[in-house]
This record gives sequence, C-alpha cells and structure tokens, in this order.
Amino acid sequence: MIKAILVFNNYGKPRLSKFYQYFNEDMQQQIIKETFQLVSKRDDNVCNFLEGGSLIGGSDYKLIYRHYATLYFVFCVDSSESELGILDLIQVFVETLDKCFENVCELDLIFHVDKIHYILNELVMGGMVLETNMTEILSRIEEQNKLEKQEAGLAGAPSRAVSAMKNMNIPQQLKDMKLPDLPQAIKELKF
Amino acid sequence: MALKKVRGNIERMFDKNLTDLVRGIRNSKENEAKYIAQCMEEIKQELRQENIAVKATAVAKLTYLQMLGYDISWAGFNIIEVMSSSKFTYKRIGYLASSQSFHTDTDLLMLTTNMIRKDLNSQNQYDAGVALSALACFISPDLARDLANDIMTLLSSTKPYLRKKAVLMMYKVFLRFPEALRPAFPRLKDKLEDMDCGVQSAAVNVVCELARKNPKNYLSLAPVFFKLMTSSTNNWMLIKIIKLFGALTPLEPRLGKKLIEPLTNLIHSTSAMSLLYECINTVIAVLISISSGMPNHSASIQLCVQKLRILIEDSDQNLKYLGLLAMSKILKTHPKSVQAHKDLIMICLDDKDESIRLRALDLLYGMVSKKNLMEIVKKLMVHMDKAEGTVYRDELLVKIIDICSQDNYHFITSFEWYVSVLVELARVEGMKHGPLLAHQMLDVAVRVKAIRPFAVGQMSLLLNNAHMFMQPSGGSNMANVLYAAAWICGEYANELEKPEETLFSMLTGKVHSLPGHIQAAYVQNIMKVLSIILSKGDIQQSIKVCKRVSDKLAQYVSSGDLEVQERASAALQLISYIHKELENGDADDICIQVAYLFNGELNPVAPKAQRKVQVPEGLDLDQWINEPLQSSSESEDENQSDDHSNFFNLGGFDKKEEEENISSTVEQVEENRKARLYEQENNPNYLKLNSSSDQTCDIPITSIDLPTSLNVSGFVSSDKYIKAKKEKKDKKKSKKKKKGNNHFEEEEEEEIAIEMVVNRDIGEMPDGAEDSDGAIDVQKDINDPHTALDIDLDVPEIERPPPVEEKKHKKKKKEKEKKKKSEKSKKLKKLDKSDQQLIEIKQGYEEALGICTPSKEIVQAEDLSFGKLAMDKYILLEYKIDPKNELSNSATVFFRLTNVGNNCLIKNIEIDVTNSTAIQFLDEKNEPLSWYKLNNNIQCGSLTEFDLSLRVENISIPNTLRGTLTYMAQNFQDDNFHQDKLDWRLSLAVSDMFLKAAPSVPLVELLCNGQLVYKSSIILSGTNFNQVINWFSTKLHLVLVERVGETASLYGSNASSEQLCLLVKSNLNNVSVEAKCTSQTLVNNLMNEIKSTYNL
Repeated sequence: MIKAILVFNNYGKPRLSKFYQYFNEDMQQQIIKETFQLVSKRDDNVCNFLEGGSLIGGSDYKLIYRHYATLYFVFCVDSSESELGILDLIQVFVETLDKCFENVCELDLIFHVDKIHYILNELVMGGMVLETNMTEILSRIEEQNKLEKQEAGLAGAPSRAVSAMKNMNIPQQLKDMKLPDLPQAIKELKF
Repeated sequence: MALKKVRGNIERMFDKNLTDLVRGIRNSKENEAKYIAQCMEEIKQELRQENIAVKATAVAKLTYLQMLGYDISWAGFNIIEVMSSSKFTYKRIGYLASSQSFHTDTDLLMLTTNMIRKDLNSQNQYDAGVALSALACFISPDLARDLANDIMTLLSSTKPYLRKKAVLMMYKVFLRFPEALRPAFPRLKDKLEDMDCGVQSAAVNVVCELARKNPKNYLSLAPVFFKLMTSSTNNWMLIKIIKLFGALTPLEPRLGKKLIEPLTNLIHSTSAMSLLYECINTVIAVLISISSGMPNHSASIQLCVQKLRILIEDSDQNLKYLGLLAMSKILKTHPKSVQAHKDLIMICLDDKDESIRLRALDLLYGMVSKKNLMEIVKKLMVHMDKAEGTVYRDELLVKIIDICSQDNYHFITSFEWYVSVLVELARVEGMKHGPLLAHQMLDVAVRVKAIRPFAVGQMSLLLNNAHMFMQPSGGSNMANVLYAAAWICGEYANELEKPEETLFSMLTGKVHSLPGHIQAAYVQNIMKVLSIILSKGDIQQSIKVCKRVSDKLAQYVSSGDLEVQERASAALQLISYIHKELENGDADDICIQVAYLFNGELNPVAPKAQRKVQVPEGLDLDQWINEPLQSSSESEDENQSDDHSNFFNLGGFDKKEEEENISSTVEQVEENRKARLYEQENNPNYLKLNSSSDQTCDIPITSIDLPTSLNVSGFVSSDKYIKAKKEKKDKKKSKKKKKGNNHFEEEEEEEIAIEMVVNRDIGEMPDGAEDSDGAIDVQKDINDPHTALDIDLDVPEIERPPPVEEKKHKKKKKEKEKKKKSEKSKKLKKLDKSDQQLIEIKQGYEEALGICTPSKEIVQAEDLSFGKLAMDKYILLEYKIDPKNELSNSATVFFRLTNVGNNCLIKNIEIDVTNSTAIQFLDEKNEPLSWYKLNNNIQCGSLTEFDLSLRVENISIPNTLRGTLTYMAQNFQDDNFHQDKLDWRLSLAVSDMFLKAAPSVPLVELLCNGQLVYKSSIILSGTNFNQVINWFSTKLHLVLVERVGETASLYGSNASSEQLCLLVKSNLNNVSVEAKCTSQTLVNNLMNEIKSTYNL
C-alpha cells in the first residue's frame, strides 16, 4: 500500500500532496516538512530509498523518491510494494505528466495542481496501484478531458475567453483595475 | 431574469479562478498569510452564491489552499453540493476536494450515501470512476456497509475500467466492513481470471493485501496464482504474485518446492531488475521454509547469492541497497554463503549513503568471528565518532552490542576489552540507549565472575565521574549506566580498591538531579559498600564513616522520589543503630550482622521464571481471601481511600484497583508493597529502564563538543586490547616463521580459547519448570483492521451473516430482541429440555430475520463446479452459467476445455452455435455471435477457459442451445493430425438464471405482501429431507433462508425480479415441496425441472 504521495520543490514548497491515510492539515504540513528535510540532504547519487521517517509509518514503511530538476516526487510505501516497482511507477507518473503538459515543468504543477490530481487518480486509487500502462492512462485522461470540453460547450465560451485574456501578459495594473463600472454600463445597454 | 443571468456571467468573469489565486499568492510573497485570509473571505462569499460554477471554482481554490495547510473542513457542505452537480466537470472538482479533506470520521459523510450510490450506477463510467477514486480515500464503516452491494455489482460491469476500480474498492470496503469479505470473495476470485489484464492485476493486488496479513486463509488460491505466474507477462502483476508466494510458502512447504523451478527460470530469463529482485526474495523465503529435505537447494542459494553480489557491486545505489537487504534475509538461515562475501560488505560499510551503511550493518551480525570481532567493533567505533546523525549513531551502538552479545558472548575473547568498549560507548554524548548499555554492563558482570574486579574498577571510575552524565545537554539518557555502575560496585564491593572513595562519590555531587530509580540504586548500594567497610573491622574508621554517611544520606531522605525517600529513611535508621552499637563497643557482632544483610550471590533469573512459578497445592488464586466488602460501608471506604490516595499520589497507583483489593488493613498492604519493592530492587533482572527516556527523546539533541572532559584518566581504552592482540599475533608470526605452518593454526586456536568462564545459562527457573514451552505472547494489534479480516474462506460460515440493512432497522430490532429474549428466558424455565432446544434454534433465526441468511448455502452455490457438456477421447468440454444481475436477460457462460487426449496438442479450436431469437450468444458489440475461435492451443493434460455472454429472451422458461466444437488434435506419438467435430447441447433451466442472492426483505414480509400469488406443490418420495435441501441449494441455486428441524424455507430470484419461495417439509416417508411465486410460468417450469431431474 502507498500511504502518501508528495511532490515538493527544492525548497520544500508542496506542489502536490495526497495522503491515503488521514492526517489533519497541521500534521500533513509537518510530514511534508520532515520528508523534505530527510530527502533534500541526500546527494543525487545515493540510493532512492530511505527509512526512518518518524511521522509516517514506522519500521514497515519506506520513502521511495526521485528527484527531477527542481522537484522531488516522494512515495511513502509499506513492505507490500516492490521498491523498484514504485520507482518505475514514479517514472510512469512523470512521463504521463510530460505527455499531458508537453515538457512538464514546475510551473505546470503550480498552476494545474487539480489536473495533476486527476492524472494521479488514474495511476493510484486509495493507496493501491490502479494502472501502470501509460497508453491506457493517457486515453482515460483524454476521454475525461473530452467530456469536460463537451460540457463546457457554448456556455463555457465567455469564461474561456476571460481566462485566455487573463493568461495573456497584461500588466498587472490593468487586471487589478476597479471594474464596477463595466457591468453597470452593460446593464444600461438594455437587451 | 435573462438580464440577471447575463450580469452573473459577466461578473463571474472577473472572479478569481484557481490560476488567479496561485498567481496572487506568488505575487504577495511578503504577505502571503494576509492575502490568503482575504481570498478565504472571497471564497466564503462565492460559496454563498447560487451559481454552481462559482461554487465549483471556490471549492477548487479551497483544495489548493488545503495543500498549503489550511483547514477546509468547514466547507464540507459546499463540497458535497458541488459533488452532487450533474456536470462531470464540477463533480470532479467536488470529489477531488472531498478526497483531500474528508476522512472516515467526517460526520457529513452520512449525507453522501445516496449521492455516491447514484454516481456509482451512473450511465457515464467516469462519474462512477471519480466517485470510486474519492470514496477510496474516505470510506467509513457506514458507507462501506451501505454501498457494499453497489460496488459488488460493479465487479461484473461490462466496462473493464469500472471493474478494475471496483475490485480495488472492495479492499477498502473489507477494511471498514469485514462482513462483506465472505460473500464477495468468490467474485473477487473470479476476477483473478478476468479477460482484462488491468482487472486481473487489480484483483491480484487486493488478494495480496488481504493475504499479507492473514496468509493462511488464501492458501487455496495458490493454484490460480501459480497458473497466472506461469502464463502472465505483466511484470507489475508478476511482482505482486511472487511477493504473495513469499508470504504463503512458510505455511505450505510443498508449494515452495513447486515454485523453485519456475522462479529460477524467471531469474535466468527476466531482464527487469524489479522482477529479478522479487524472484530472488521469494526464492530466499522458499529456501528458508524448506531448509531441510531439499537435496539440491544449495545450488539455488548459490544462484541467489551470486545474483545479489552482482546487484551489490552494481554502480546503481538502489540495486546495491536492495542487494544488501535481501542478503540479510539469507544470512539468517545460510550464514556461510553470505560470509563468503565479507569483503563486499565491509566496503559497503564505508559507503557515503547512510541507507546502505545501515543495511551493511545488519549483515555484519553474521560476519563476525572470534578472530575479527575486535577489528570490526573498532571500525564501528570510528564510524560512531564520525557520524553526524544521532539516528545512525544510535543504530551503531545497538549493533555493536548486538554483535558482541550474540550467542551469549560467543565471539568475545576478552571481556576486559568488552567492558572497556561499553565504558567508551557510555561516554559518547547524546545517545538514547543508556538502559541497553546498563543492562549489558550488569549482564556481563553477573555472568562472568572473572571480570568482576576489572568491572568494579571501571564502574567506580564512572561513579567518580558521574558529573559527565549529568550535563543538561538533554536527549541523552546515558545516566542509566550509573545505575549499573552503582549496582556492580555495591554488589561486588569486596573487589573495590578504595571503598570509601566510591562510597562518597555516591553520596556527594548533584545526585538529586539523577532520575529516581538511579538514586534508589545508589542508596541501596551505599549500604552494601558500607557493610564491606564495616567488615574490615577498624572501629574508629567505621564510626567516622558512619557519621559521614548518615550526614549525607539526609539529602536522599528529602528526595522527591517516593522510593528513594523510603529507602533512605530505612537506611538512615539502620546506620544510626549501627553507629550506636559501634560506640557501645559491640563492633564485631554488629558488623557480622550487617554483613548478613547482603549475604549470598545473586544469579541471573530467566525471563520467564516468574510466570513459571508453580501454584502450590491447595492454593486457589481465583478464590477470595476475604469476601469483598458490602456496599453498606461505602462511606467508610471513601474516607479510607481518600487518605490512601493522598499517600499514594506520588507513586501513581491506580486507586480503584487498590480499593477493590484492599480487604484487610491498609498497613498490611503497605508492608507487602515494601517487601515487594525491596525484592524488585535487589533483583538484578528488574530494571526500570524507561522512566526517563520517554519524555526526553523528542527534544532535539545538540551534541556539545567537549573533547577534554571526557578523557578521564583511569579508563582503559579498548584499543589497548587490539594492540595487545596484534602484538601477540606478531610474536606468533615470528614464531611461525621458525616453526613452520602446521603448528600455527592450532596455536592460534589455543590463544583464542576463552580466557574467562561465562555463565551462559538462560537463568534460574523455579523447580520443576522448564523453559521449553511455547509461551510466546503473540500480540495482535486490535486497531489493525486486518484482524477482523482473518476469516477462513474455505470453511463455510455457520454463524449468522452480517446485517446488510439500514441502521434504524437494526436498532429497533435490537430493542425488540431484547424484549423477546427476556420474555423467552422466563418461559424457558418452564419448558422441558427438548422444547428448549427447539426454541434455541428458533431464536438463532429470529435474530437473523430480514438479513441475508446463512451464507453457507451462498458459498456452495457460488462455488459451482463445471458441468460436463460434451466429451470425446481428445477433449472435454465443460460449462458453468453465471447470470448477470444488472442485465435482466443475460448470463455469462464459462467454458472449460480440457485436453484429455494421450500425448497430443489440440489447436484450431472453434465453436459454432445455432443461434435463435430465443437464446443466443453475443460478441463484445452485443451482436449475435455464431462462431467463436479460440486463439490458444491446449497442451496435453492442461486446460483453458473462456467465457461468452448469453442472451435469453425469456428467462422464465427453459431454453436449449445447440452447437458444435471443431478442433484439430496433433498426436505427438505418430505426428498425425486428427480433425474432429463434437456436437453439444446446452440446456438452460430456469434455475440456472437464479441469482443466488438473499431476499432483500424478510421472507415473512414477502409472503405477507401478496406478491407471491402463484402456487404449486409437489411431493417427492423415496428421498430424505437433507438430500432435497442440498440438491435445491446446490443444483437449483436456491438460497436457504431458514431451517428448523425438518422444515426449511428457500428463496430464489432472477434478474427479471421474479421471486420465488419454497417451503420444504419432511413427512413420514416423503418430502413435500410447496412453492409460491410472482410468476406462473416460472413456478410451473421450476416444478417441471424438479420433476425431471428428480426422476433422473
């Protein structure tokens, strides 16, 4: 069983946290902090397994992690999981992200944490590995995205336009402009 | 209205979405908390709005904030609202939020039951998918109970995506609702052979998790797994299966023998490291479980060790780590094979990676010999100096002690060296294994007589330098070694060189800052040392010492620790008495008497000795010594216990327990207690170790570098012994040169022969008791949900099955039951024995009313064996029908083809079917299927299975389907090909479409509500009741609901929701069957079926 999946950057900022066992928010933050401290002090050329995290698990549990550029992907698992298998799974996860975001980078995780969760949900469910075949995972994600697009349809057009506009590099001032007048003006247009 | 909507839309455009929130947080680095607080306010506003899109955005933002550590449980209602949206987009957002913030104990979960059920049954598979993903994170016992059936239905969904998720979900259901395991297990088992490999893999995953905790219940699945292992190519699944076998083999050695070959093949053939590694692991587990009786298993061990060596030598640190991990498993049973690779392990001990060093440490345990022990320990001590992390340092200390003390100090050639190692370890700062060290010191001193003078010398030095251990650096509990030091110096005080000096080192200094149990040991041992001084007979000196001791003891009398206080007062009184006697000139007499106090040697006591003390004849421990006090004297009691509690507060006694036991006077108990404590304190095996360690371990440890203070003259360095040994060796070598090779070996052995006698007994035991018993306490964690899942699935359940119904029902029923029971118990008294029995049986069933019946029959029915369809000399065709309950007129037909020919291969297998509109096979697109081709060949003696779905127009009438099977058999003996055709006829009786499900409402209710209007009956002669019941429940797929004596009621239902009740009664020489049914056709056809099969 996988007990938790954590993604954080080189400074310990959480980018994704998924706990398959309940911890309250404070505890979750502590676990992320502790895990970061354990993992970050290790060189890149040492092994990817780590024992002895005190907050999560105990002797039966291991931290299995991979370090990609600015991000750490850490899986906390018990002895029923194969160590190398989980390393492969992390690889599958990251490659899937790469396919979904086209050259994934930390910014993708920062701004699309919800999507990352949806992708993760196709790999792992309730702490158990659901699927390891990347084509299958990608087609499931694709189908669900399609479903979302269908639903958005016409109704979604204005909000899509707005988000497109927001994503343009408009100077911050413009965006923070007070806007109460605008709807007022439109109201007076009378339909 | 339209206007309002438009306005809403436009305003919404400028609401913050998730991206804006993230951007905002990033832009306000200085004032993040404030910005987030402001956003929270906005979110609260948004959640109040009607528009679901706004709500969904707000919830999405909350999910992000949750990751940053903000509690969002207050928005639970809104999350549920978003979850219940009909749009997938919003639903997904809601479920994600719920999976992040809900948990088993969330109260709101009870609101979600119906919504989740709706989603699970949704037409859109992704609705069910997101619901399952989230449910897996927060499922509660109530949800598990209420949704178990819905999830079970999904197990046979046509969509592999849902089957896969449902299979995994079942595991979570089992954890929260163990009663679901038994009914669901047959289906889960079927999923192991699902067509979709993802579903297969999920099922393997679940069974592995179940079997990991309770392996013995899953042994019967071994053949299925064996088949999967030899046929599958999915590495992920293979790993799981192989891991599972590792858990099963210790229980079934025969399985292990069968596994060795395929596993070694895999080891040779696979290129996947992960698979290779798990194979090695399981081979090791197998070899451990069958360590005897396998002639050629040394070859397998060699293979494993070789492969592991390759892993360890690999430049990939991960493989190195795993190699060492697996090696340590071999070490336990085959130490010799591992010892050959000592060089490699010693190299790993210097690895820069702490994980690898720790694993190498584990292996060291098996590497030591008399020759290299000192060298290895030396190396570890050097590591200890260098190590930064206290975790690693503590681990090193434990390892050093483990290595040295293994096999009762088998490898130690010089105990002086060992004692000095222990003392050196005690001087390392900031460690938390003081109690362990103390225990080792005591153990060595007690067991090795010859070492006592040396040990006493070292210990008195420790006492003199006690201040070293009292530094307020925190975290360390090394002070515990002072306990050992005091005890050793006291017990063997006659070995002390300067008893006075040691005596005063225990009296002066900041003793009051020591933990209570150490102070207590101090007081006791002060007395021992004093008695030795007295026995030397110098009266003037003795008087002086006595005076000084009694002065100093005063500080102990005022100690905060009750026990220290108590002992010190007693000691003080004793000393003042001795003092008086000495001054009276009665010196000789009093000295002898004092010496008697501490006379006799203390021996090690076996750990189980206390339990083994036999109860003397005539003593009944369960009998009251005095009858417990009547409640009339309660007020008195209270007074007493009040005083009592004041007195005992310091000791932290459990008042209530004491109260119950106090039947005589308080004083008497107090006396007993004193005696007991005294005894415990004198018992060297009674260490109160963890009193101080608990509070201090989580304080961060900052080690202070005090290089000089720790070097106290007089401590013997352990290095000395290594040097000495080397010198000897060198001498030897020079000798050797003179003498020649032959003598060298012998001489070294002689030299190494143990210099000191070690008492290696297990310890003293009471007379007549032996240690050999299996009194091992197997402690099972009660909180572990797996204990509830320890169900033997091969044995049908006899108790009543779990209630699958609404809570309210249950409560009411319980109340009713209570009433009934009390009434009944009154009646019972009046009845004679035989009647009582009957009532007891009935009671059992009354409790089971409305519940899903004894699943004994369910299990039998589910586990149907295949029926023969056709056979010739080459091939056997069998079938089994499993109705699908979600599609009213469909069933799955499982076919099994067995090659029964004599040394031949069967291939080109095709099935042709004569379809009709009444009954037809369907392909994946639900189109009629007239022929089916099997892609695989069947080897001699093996079998293959496949399934087809079947559609029947009317399931209330019997149907027949005809077809042919064509195949080609290749005979290996003469290499001839033989093509043949086999006709078959599949008759589908009405009972084949029964669902084997228990009635959803109590049978009584069903009979009363007037749905079952069509009746029919039949009388069967020449058979007996049990045969009929057995036949009905196994062959006709009816469910036994209730059985009282020779009367039983059975129930059957099919997917067209037609229901049927049977009442079977035993008469004098026949059995009568009465049926009531919702459909005339069904009941008639069933009766015909009974008649026709009965005549057979």
